[in-house]
Amino acid sequence: MESGRREFLKTAAGAAALGLGAGAASFVGAEALARSRAGQAAAGGGKRYALAVDTKKCAEREGCRACIDACHVTHNVPRIENREEEIKWVWKEEAEWVFQDRVHEYSGAELRRRPVLVLCNHCDNPPCVRVCPTQATFKSADGPVMMDPHRCIGCRYCVVGCPYGARSFNWKDPRPYIEHVDPAYPPRARGVVEKCTMCSERLAHGLLPACVEACAREGAGALLFGDMNDPESEIRKRVESSLSLRRKEHLGTRPQVYYTL
Amino acid sequence: MYDGGKVVFGLALFVALCTSPLWLSVARGGGGAEAPPLQMPAPAAGKCVRDGEWMRNSHMELLNSWRDEVVREGKRSEQLADGRVIEKSLTKTCLGCHTDKTQFCDRCHDYVGVKPFCFDCHVETAGG
Repeated sequence: MESGRREFLKTAAGAAALGLGAGAASFVGAEALARSRAGQAAAGGGKRYALAVDTKKCAEREGCRACIDACHVTHNVPRIENREEEIKWVWKEEAEWVFQDRVHEYSGAELRRRPVLVLCNHCDNPPCVRVCPTQATFKSADGPVMMDPHRCIGCRYCVVGCPYGARSFNWKDPRPYIEHVDPAYPPRARGVVEKCTMCSERLAHGLLPACVEACAREGAGALLFGDMNDPESEIRKRVESSLSLRRKEHLGTRPQVYYTL
Repeated sequence: MYDGGKVVFGLALFVALCTSPLWLSVARGGGGAEAPPLQMPAPAAGKCVRDGEWMRNSHMELLNSWRDEVVREGKRSEQLADGRVIEKSLTKTCLGCHTDKTQFCDRCHDYVGVKPFCFDCHVETAGG
């Protein structure tokens, strides 16, 4: 009887150890898998879409909102004036703020005050994707950092994780704040996070992102979109031949929005 | 048992009350509530992307797989068995034929008492 109990305890302990081991192994496996997937997306033989912003050309047109309006109309982005609840996919900030680590005490006033277009940087190493507990935000194979609102639980980890403030949370139902709802693109609901998607829905149909198209239509030509993996692409050549900035380079997020000042 | 009669009567009353919806339904002729009349698309709209009977039972599974394929894999179109190529889109494709959501989707959803949240975001074309 005594030995029976002993045997039972031994077996139980062994089984528990085995179970723990298997659990740990599967956890490590999942992490390795996630890492290799990210690697694939970054290196990938496919496309690596990126955006280049010529801040000088952009700033020449004072008060121009062509790209912002085009984006927000295309994607049914609500216009909420209250800054605590506003939703924005693309907007302008002063260069002094955008390039905090690049201005110094002798930077001129024009440069400091220059409005610079900012949006999601579609990082190669996106912190928002790392922190999302449901994989609602993910890196697509050709570059864009995407949002899957169906999976978003509204925890806002990504909002905190993004070093660029490129994500907005829907604190309330956005529908009443959309002037004209375009049925072609679903608006979001209360409780989900949204952001620029690099117009992946337009790219799929062979169109340029709405902001780039609008900028060209205005004749400003300040935005350039293309494939960084293609050595012959215009954007790749421009980035290679001029000194360009990426925001908060030191964080290692490897943004894919390039700025020339 | 003390007060046996009262206890049994009370129990019987309780059971009768709990099951009253069943009895009322039987008294009304049985068969349950009448299935709602659904407004079907005009024949000119062509055939549905799947067999009608299958759609009635499993359209939500189709929509879920469309959702994942489009959003997460970027596969936006699908070739049907009869050769047609369609866009996997609730608003554009489904509501393209079933133009009035209130006369089609809602009627059945209300009847079976489900509240899908598709239209929290997706636009119903008819309603704008």
